[in-house]
Amino acid sequence: MRNLLRFLYKYYFFLLFLILEVIAVAMGIQYNLYQRARFVSVTENISAFFNESISSFSDYFHLVETNRKLSLENTRLKNQLQRIYRSDDLFFFGEKDTLHRQKYFFTSARVINNSVNRMHNYLTLDKGRAQGIRPEMGVVCPDGIVGITAGVTKNFSSVISLLNTNFHVSAKLKKNDYFGTLSWDGQDYRRALLSDIPYHVPIETGDTVVTSGFSAVFPEGILIGIVEKAEVENGNFYTATIRLTTDFKHLVYVDVISNLEKKEQKKLENYD
Amino acid sequence: MINQLFRYILLFIVLVFVQVLILDNLQISSFAVPFLYVLFILMLPFETPGWFLLLVAFFTGFVMDLFEHTYGIHTAATLLMAWLRPGVLKLIAPQDGYVPNSEPMIRDYGFAWYMKYSVILVFLHHAFLFYFEVFTFHHFFTTLFRVFISSFFTIFLIILSQFSVYKSKGVGRG
Repeated sequence: MRNLLRFLYKYYFFLLFLILEVIAVAMGIQYNLYQRARFVSVTENISAFFNESISSFSDYFHLVETNRKLSLENTRLKNQLQRIYRSDDLFFFGEKDTLHRQKYFFTSARVINNSVNRMHNYLTLDKGRAQGIRPEMGVVCPDGIVGITAGVTKNFSSVISLLNTNFHVSAKLKKNDYFGTLSWDGQDYRRALLSDIPYHVPIETGDTVVTSGFSAVFPEGILIGIVEKAEVENGNFYTATIRLTTDFKHLVYVDVISNLEKKEQKKLENYD
Repeated sequence: MINQLFRYILLFIVLVFVQVLILDNLQISSFAVPFLYVLFILMLPFETPGWFLLLVAFFTGFVMDLFEHTYGIHTAATLLMAWLRPGVLKLIAPQDGYVPNSEPMIRDYGFAWYMKYSVILVFLHHAFLFYFEVFTFHHFFTTLFRVFISSFFTIFLIILSQFSVYKSKGVGRG
């Protein structure tokens, strides 16, 4: 007993280190292995408050670029509207039309914190539960997809960026509808990987990759990127490098998509 | 004594704020993230008992994990650094040892000594941190590049802080 105590006293520094290190490493591993809805803590609110003041200041530097993008998008939308009206009035359905079911609802939000240089990148948006944001909603910008909301507080929400090694989304080739899984390997904030595309599918540099709409998070056909190169990996599947159309370093305004029929779809899919 | 304690608490708060509010928003490149908060572990007095050093490191890392949403990664890296600190101090001790009441700073032990002290500990901290974050040796050299660049920025900021923040009179040699 005395020897044990002496041993503990002699090596307490190493033993204490070992115990604490095991706790820390276990926390880290658990986070790395399992994707979890993010725990929104008090610190989230504190840092969100400061980030908002920082970003309200830094927004001025991006005004020119943001204006240009908004005006471009306006033009694009106007063109679309024009086309729909001109070709046939029947194609245009108002929101109150009983024949038409509105499936997606877009909420505009401002990015108040963002990073691209971690393995697990997150964004913070200035809209939260009070503005109708809920966990697991898709986030897009005019150029392409951005991520999925995770933690939501009253006035802020945090988004798992596409640039997060835990992020996966179902994506397909626009030209032939073959789908695979899109993920990020943590290397380059401009490129992601599309895997699980079968070997027999013709896939070429320059093919457009869009969302498949299977997950009930993103609508079908939202732009993700362009195939840069495709390689056959372990036998039967392609892994394609995708050049992302979203510029994650210049995100200012994004849209959060709520799927009004998600509950119904999930209920059906979980029914067995 | 109380004064001293107050000084360290203030230093801790300042370092956390600088890290979270400025450095985390400062995207120098997609490879470099300076982690200046490790300066807190470097600044602790020589006489700090081992258990206290480890507990402080655990707490510091945990606070950073909360802000960075990394869960355990910063805690583990900072603990490793704190555990290695006494050994490194012994390794690079000046010939006549450490003078009582002196602090591990440039003004007490000189630039060369401080460079050795900070470079060894910061590099080990960053190496452990980045490899643990990536969680694979798959892209070994990309991660190593990240470790080098980030360590460089962190050490640069640490050296800078040595010349700017504390200007009180020296206690040790010289």
